[in-house]
Amino acid sequence: MSSKDKGWKEVSPAGVCWKSSSTYLTGDWKTYKPVRDLEKCTKCLLCSIFCPDAAIHWNKEKGDIEFDLNFCKGCGICANECPTKAIVMKIE
Amino acid sequence: MKSVVKQEFQGLNGDEAVALAAKQSDIDVVAAYPITPQTIIVEKFSEYVANGEVNTEFMCTESEHSAMAACLAASATGARTFTATSSQGIAYMHEMLHYTSSCRVPVIMAVANRTLGPPWNIWADDTDSLSQRDTGWIQLYCASNQEIIDSIIQCYKVCESDDVSLPAMVCMEGVNLSHSVMPAVLPGQEEVDSFLPPYEPVWTLDPDRPATMGNMAGPSETLETKEDLRIAMDKVRKKLSDVACEYSNHFGIPYAGGLVEPYRCEDAEVMIIAIGALASEAKVAVDQLRIHGKRIGLVRIRVFRPFPIGEIRELAKDAGAFVVFDRDVSFGMEGVVLSEVKAALFGMSPSPRVTGYVVGLAGVDVTNRQLADLVEKSLDQDLRQETISVE
Amino acid sequence: MSLRSLSKEEFILPGTAACPGCAEVLALRLALKALGKNTILVVPAGCTAVIQGMAPHTSFNVPVLNFAFAAGGAAASGIVDGLAARGISDVTVAVWAGDGGTGDIGLQALSGAAERQTDMIFFCCDNESYMNTGIQRSSLTPFAAWSTTTPVGKKEPKKDMPMIMAAHHVPYVATACASYPADLVDRIEAAKKFTGTKYIQILVPCPTGWRYSPEKTIEIGRYAVETGIWPLYTIQEGSFSLSPVSERLLDDSKRRRVSEYLESQGRFRNLDQAKINEIQQSTISMWEYLSRINGTTIFFQG
Repeated sequence: MSSKDKGWKEVSPAGVCWKSSSTYLTGDWKTYKPVRDLEKCTKCLLCSIFCPDAAIHWNKEKGDIEFDLNFCKGCGICANECPTKAIVMKIE
Repeated sequence: MKSVVKQEFQGLNGDEAVALAAKQSDIDVVAAYPITPQTIIVEKFSEYVANGEVNTEFMCTESEHSAMAACLAASATGARTFTATSSQGIAYMHEMLHYTSSCRVPVIMAVANRTLGPPWNIWADDTDSLSQRDTGWIQLYCASNQEIIDSIIQCYKVCESDDVSLPAMVCMEGVNLSHSVMPAVLPGQEEVDSFLPPYEPVWTLDPDRPATMGNMAGPSETLETKEDLRIAMDKVRKKLSDVACEYSNHFGIPYAGGLVEPYRCEDAEVMIIAIGALASEAKVAVDQLRIHGKRIGLVRIRVFRPFPIGEIRELAKDAGAFVVFDRDVSFGMEGVVLSEVKAALFGMSPSPRVTGYVVGLAGVDVTNRQLADLVEKSLDQDLRQETISVE
Repeated sequence: MSLRSLSKEEFILPGTAACPGCAEVLALRLALKALGKNTILVVPAGCTAVIQGMAPHTSFNVPVLNFAFAAGGAAASGIVDGLAARGISDVTVAVWAGDGGTGDIGLQALSGAAERQTDMIFFCCDNESYMNTGIQRSSLTPFAAWSTTTPVGKKEPKKDMPMIMAAHHVPYVATACASYPADLVDRIEAAKKFTGTKYIQILVPCPTGWRYSPEKTIEIGRYAVETGIWPLYTIQEGSFSLSPVSERLLDDSKRRRVSEYLESQGRFRNLDQAKINEIQQSTISMWEYLSRINGTTIFFQG
């Protein structure tokens, strides 16, 4: 499918990409990280819906919310939108 | 789709030849915009669609830029595509020509070469397509309506092959070929179907195998894809020649040539070089000059991209001199064909003498008599590098 | 629909190059949940083209054709015809364009595709400027907004793209906002039921270009709707209808004052009280018009 004569790198046809971006840990970008007060959290999952980076997951086995700090950019939307103010942004 | 046996036409104009060749090629999607003198192509094709003679999705786009965009995108889903344009239209789609070749999709396009305005001038001039020579498209220039039919079908085979996967434009002089009636033979449907395998793209837009085409890439990543394109274009030289031979055997049509068509070059001292219908006119000039004892030959360049560097250099070993006729010009320099010929010959020792003339620009009629006179004039003046614009 | 029933599948992988607090990638993340796996996405040049990340990696887990800026609509037409020619019928073709790719450089191709009734959903993710190239003004930039090419504020009003699309007699036009995910998903579900060109313009606040702190993205989107500046509505087969969220705001006393929205963003910092009043007044006038047309056929479908 790709060219037989390659450069020193492998060339996909027309440079088409299929490798996942998840090797790029954009969590490094953040200055602030979200910290959750478990007492206040009602697990409404609004934070998970509003996270632009999908860095807030529902862990079925644990029955709880998880923050993936590898990809959280620290924007603070979760903290701003939490109806019970259970999340605060703290310096990393 | 109706099966059509081989048909011999007493008279067919270039546009009709294009439409018929497209009809035989089992095309999935045609997206096109009309422009004189290509309009008959789109009109004829839409008749075939309306009559059920073809099983093609036919799209009347709102511009040429969109026509090329739609063809390229359709091709990316694995569809065989076709379009046609001219002059202002090919200029308008310039951005998309680069996009198509870098996407490595085998769109085939017919171009009726016409002057770029202003003023509005619908007559023959090759500047429109020659201006696109850097876009990574294969470029063929046809000298007869038969060659148009043959070239379109051959291009599908060349372009759809795995190691090429590049788009191609089949060019014909506007009005001179597009609207001139000549006899031609159209191969039968079954013959074409057995010559052209179904299109298997090298990459495709497929939800079962998601991939991203065209996101951001840094310099070294991008370089790899451009280099891959360059290598593929180089492979076209041999591929086109091979496919032309295969075509000739398969359809029983005389070999129309690979990259160049030499005429009476065996003992020529001076060779004319030209492309397209102008070269056909030059053929007659060659015969006239031969009658007067001048050892003149003609090299018709059929494939302009990739440029037949090897073939020109080989022919230069026998001839000491070339006279290049351009029906185009690159302002600030000279005729494009002249520049490219000189570049191909660079470094040869002894260096062949090359003279160029810009003739027939903007559709001005050029006769074989005029061409013969110019060649004789060059001989008298002891050929030197020169470009003269003539009526 | 209830947000609980939103698909858990993520089609945007971790590691996007979006700015922190970007509503565009959020809107796309939500949209793809509604569109599903069998989607081919056309992305004309814009922020989303860059958000995918650098080759050889990509963060989008659907097939994507990044495309020339001007030709999003034409690409969709080509893909639809290409799929039809190959007998493939269960794939949704969607274009994800920004302001420029919709209303400026992309307008011709979009208009052509809509007129040809190309069966696709065309999304305009409207962050109200050419954000990707550095916050230059577009025809969708609102009146008085700062941009790098309108440093003292845009003189012209925002181009009314939804109405332009409705005038093409397309079956479905909607406005939406990233701050109202349930409403956005409802619009997409409704759009999918129609054949032909569907157009959804999603307001996506941009912290980088609108000049506010990223955590406010959803809040500012909400203010845009609650002030009435960005009404949420649908034009379904020519019939105009305010979406439930905006219908509540028909009474001006229910709407926030525009100053709350304008003063929350740095791009409106140069507005004086006179300009703010002008915008308040034109918002009120716009809503008088909307209330007159609400529930009526505004584009004859023939």
